[in-house]
Amino acid sequence: MNQERRTFLKSAGAVGAIAVAIAAGLLKPGEAFAAAWNSLAFTAKTATDALTNSGYSGASESNDILIKVPEIAENGAVVPVEATSNIPGTTSMAIFVDKNPNPLIADFTFLNGAEPFISTRVKMAMTSIVRISVKAGGKAYTASREVKVTIGGCGG
Amino acid sequence: MPETMKMRATMQGDIADVKVLIQHIMETGLRKDAKTDKLIPAHFINQVVATLNGKTVLDAQWGVGISRNPFIEFKVKGAKTGDKVAVAAVDNLGTKFDGEVVIA
Repeated sequence: MNQERRTFLKSAGAVGAIAVAIAAGLLKPGEAFAAAWNSLAFTAKTATDALTNSGYSGASESNDILIKVPEIAENGAVVPVEATSNIPGTTSMAIFVDKNPNPLIADFTFLNGAEPFISTRVKMAMTSIVRISVKAGGKAYTASREVKVTIGGCGG
Repeated sequence: MPETMKMRATMQGDIADVKVLIQHIMETGLRKDAKTDKLIPAHFINQVVATLNGKTVLDAQWGVGISRNPFIEFKVKGAKTGDKVAVAAVDNLGTKFDGEVVIA
């Protein structure tokens, strides 16, 4: 937990008013979910199947994908993962935890000026490779880091 | 059961930095209830879309491996103070979550 996040949590209270407005039906959700959820990839039980079904297989190793993860995670239920792709033309980025029961964690597509960057928090069942794969110019690239987990956390 | 989304968006140079926090249990469907010994059904957000002034900038699909009360941070180039960022999410049971923030 860093100071920035604490400030965020404090200031976030003001935003709660928006949520209240939504709950009261004052704001209309205007979302459109473009593609159907890729259940084949997300329910895959091995990293190989997850990579294949999400279209990230056959990726070349790249040093231009920067991954920020802790070396040791005390709590596998909440492991911060931050990734940046410096590969020109990066259009999407996926997070895999190879040894999780379902290795594919998330797949992000960047559009209309979004930077190829994501920061989030993932669950890790045990010590594993955390893999970031990206697509750029029709090709797949990947980089990985090991995170040691002292207490598994596929529960929460 | 208040299930809300909290957002903050700030300019860092010419890039908008957006942080989103959603209250959600993110149940994997792989855990057993200690009392009944039965599997707790999966309940997790699986799609998230972010827009800048109505234009999609981030289109995400999630599995059960995103932590409980999900947090994401993303960056958008070409945004400016006063622009609107909206996030819409839906879970595997069809419940929708929405949030909106003006870039500070």
